[in-house]
Amino acid sequence: MKLVLNEELQFLRDTASNFAKDKAPVSHLRKLRDEDHPNSWDEGLWNEMVELGWTSILIPEKYGGSEFGLAGICVVLQELGKTLVPSPLFATGVLGVTSINQMGSESQKKDLLGKILEGNLTTALAIDEGSHHEPANTELTAEKNNDGWVLNGKKVFVIDGSSADLLIVIARTSGNKGDNQGLSAFIVDPKSKGINRRKVPTADSRNYANISFDGVTISAEEILGEVDGASDQIHKVLDFGRIAMSAEMLGNTEEAFAITLNYLKERKQFGVLIGSFQALQHRAAKMFCEIELTKSAVIAAMHAADENSNELERLSSLAKFQAGTTLHTVSNESIQMHGGIGVTDEYDIGFYLKRARVAEQIFGSSTYHKARYADISGY
Amino acid sequence: MSNLENFRAEVSEWLEENCPPSMRTPMVEDEVVWGGRNAVYKNPESKIWLDKMGEKGWTAPALPKEYGGGGLNSDEIKILNSELFKIGARPALNSFGIWMLAPVIIEYGNEVQKMEHIPKILKGEIRWCQGYSEPGSGSDLASLSTKAEDMGDHYLVNGQKVWTSYADQADWIFALVRTGPKEPKHSGISFLLIDMADPGVTTKPITLISGKSPFCETFFDNVKVPKENLIGEENQGWTIAKKLLQHERNFISNFGLAAGGGGDGSRTKGVVGLAKTYLGEENGKIADLDFRSRVTEHKMKEHSFGLTLQRAGDEGGKASAASSIFKYYGTEHNKERYELMIEAMGNKGFIWDGDEAESKEKAITRAWLRTKANSIEGGTSEVQLNVIAKRVLDLPA
Repeated sequence: MKLVLNEELQFLRDTASNFAKDKAPVSHLRKLRDEDHPNSWDEGLWNEMVELGWTSILIPEKYGGSEFGLAGICVVLQELGKTLVPSPLFATGVLGVTSINQMGSESQKKDLLGKILEGNLTTALAIDEGSHHEPANTELTAEKNNDGWVLNGKKVFVIDGSSADLLIVIARTSGNKGDNQGLSAFIVDPKSKGINRRKVPTADSRNYANISFDGVTISAEEILGEVDGASDQIHKVLDFGRIAMSAEMLGNTEEAFAITLNYLKERKQFGVLIGSFQALQHRAAKMFCEIELTKSAVIAAMHAADENSNELERLSSLAKFQAGTTLHTVSNESIQMHGGIGVTDEYDIGFYLKRARVAEQIFGSSTYHKARYADISGY
Repeated sequence: MSNLENFRAEVSEWLEENCPPSMRTPMVEDEVVWGGRNAVYKNPESKIWLDKMGEKGWTAPALPKEYGGGGLNSDEIKILNSELFKIGARPALNSFGIWMLAPVIIEYGNEVQKMEHIPKILKGEIRWCQGYSEPGSGSDLASLSTKAEDMGDHYLVNGQKVWTSYADQADWIFALVRTGPKEPKHSGISFLLIDMADPGVTTKPITLISGKSPFCETFFDNVKVPKENLIGEENQGWTIAKKLLQHERNFISNFGLAAGGGGDGSRTKGVVGLAKTYLGEENGKIADLDFRSRVTEHKMKEHSFGLTLQRAGDEGGKASAASSIFKYYGTEHNKERYELMIEAMGNKGFIWDGDEAESKEKAITRAWLRTKANSIEGGTSEVQLNVIAKRVLDLPA
């Protein structure tokens, strides 16, 4: 495994980089926030992403996709992360595609992956229920009735939960809260009777929903995979999501750092550029080291995913931890090094801080992944 | 079979024939080979191993064959290393000559100098030491004042170096000397090779906090050095000096990561093993959860750092400004590792001598103290951060 990007990936990255700069600078996110956009993402922009083929990156060729793999979607998300572009690409293009591809039946794959490919379907993965990510703590139940299933419970912090056309719901079909086993996945029409979706306004101005399920009945065909089968499969889906999120966070980090370095090179105090102060230089140099480490962890993790490596879980946790801790530091230091202007809404750097804290929590905080890494490694 | 597979088969066969049995066992401290005129080989097989590897050019596989190197490309070197690793082969030769000097002679030396010095370095015939720091010139290395006066056919060298590693056992020294006393400080320095056997060269060991004496003071008193021993142009030595420092920093950062400090057994046992031994295990986990958390973070950083070294290699990384990142991170990380190890060992972590601790425990204590110099030698961590800020991040002076 070489820790570099091949030419195809470099091309994809360059395309995404130009797209982010031209079509969706941070002002795009600011505008959506200011107008309190109902979806928190722009449909026109999303259609352009579909046109560019980004929904097909993780879809196997067999179902019409380009099969560029996780590395492909990672380089795109890293570039989109630089200007904090909100879009369904993560929830649909990564989580939706991977869930369906990993767990779905042949006919589900043909149908649903085909619709995603063409931009006719967006999805949301409904998994977390508490204040912290922990799949084993799933309490939402799915019980068999005559000709299908009945869902009861609630989901929180569902990414794109208020806008998605389809919900992929992780439910408990056996065992109790805290058990790793006993989980199943269902595909649920969000307009079903008994579903109540409430969009949650968050600091990063993206789309999240808390969703309650009150006696929601679905047909037998709407299970994704085997009964209790999600317990094992969901981890691979989550690991793909964690690595993709780490790539986006790396993009956030790189750009926040670049903006801050520019500021250090133009802001004068005491008659000199503040970037000449050693107190700031050393902190910047240390951040640079952490960013280099993060790049390596992310690139190793995405290649591991595409090569079916047995190191996937460890590298996924390494990437999420490394991206989380680095972004945490860089987002804080970026504000501090900007001084007063850094805490104004008018200046963009605050958007990076707000996105950072949300992204750090998605599918497990740095603490969560440190513990997971320790367990896997046998420490 | 591809060429590389053929090569692997050849290497494996050659090692089978030529690597003596005791050279496939873990290194013991007093059998480490540094070569040189006065080398003593406690284990005769280590001399055989050195000669075989030296003949093959594999003590420096990347260097050109014409100067005694292996002439291998990076894929072949990976194969060689993995085959060496597979049989647990000891390094045939530790050498400042290979790690630091040979690459700059190749880049800046003339043909006569290359033919004269490089083969002897690679075969372990001549042991080199580094004459850089002076009592008044540490981080501000370019202020050095050891002078070399032009006497027509030779230089007359007077002055003092400090922190010269193993100078008391070395045969030659590569030294920075001032040839241009009136020039600006960076523009009056030359890179000179000096035979330690010449009259007027004396050394005196320095005892460190670890109790060991890997470093010396080296004195030059009217030492006559032939002019053909000048590498590159007169007064252009600073450029060469900086390049050599990059090689040195790469070496120190790799060394810290790969060897875990060197010869104290920590590589096999590791900080996790120590923690389980001394702090206990519960359900297979390090029982002290706070310590477990800190060790995990340390190991994760190590993992990411190892991947970064790999990435730099994959990106075709030569000695560059990026090597300053490795020196800073590698040495700080190595210090942290030893802090964790002696903390894990509790009151076994600071026994200095005697029978109340095993020799491998005492070795860790001494090695912990040795690591404190890692972030000072070869450019302090603070100097490394300055270099990153200015050269990599382009921050204003």
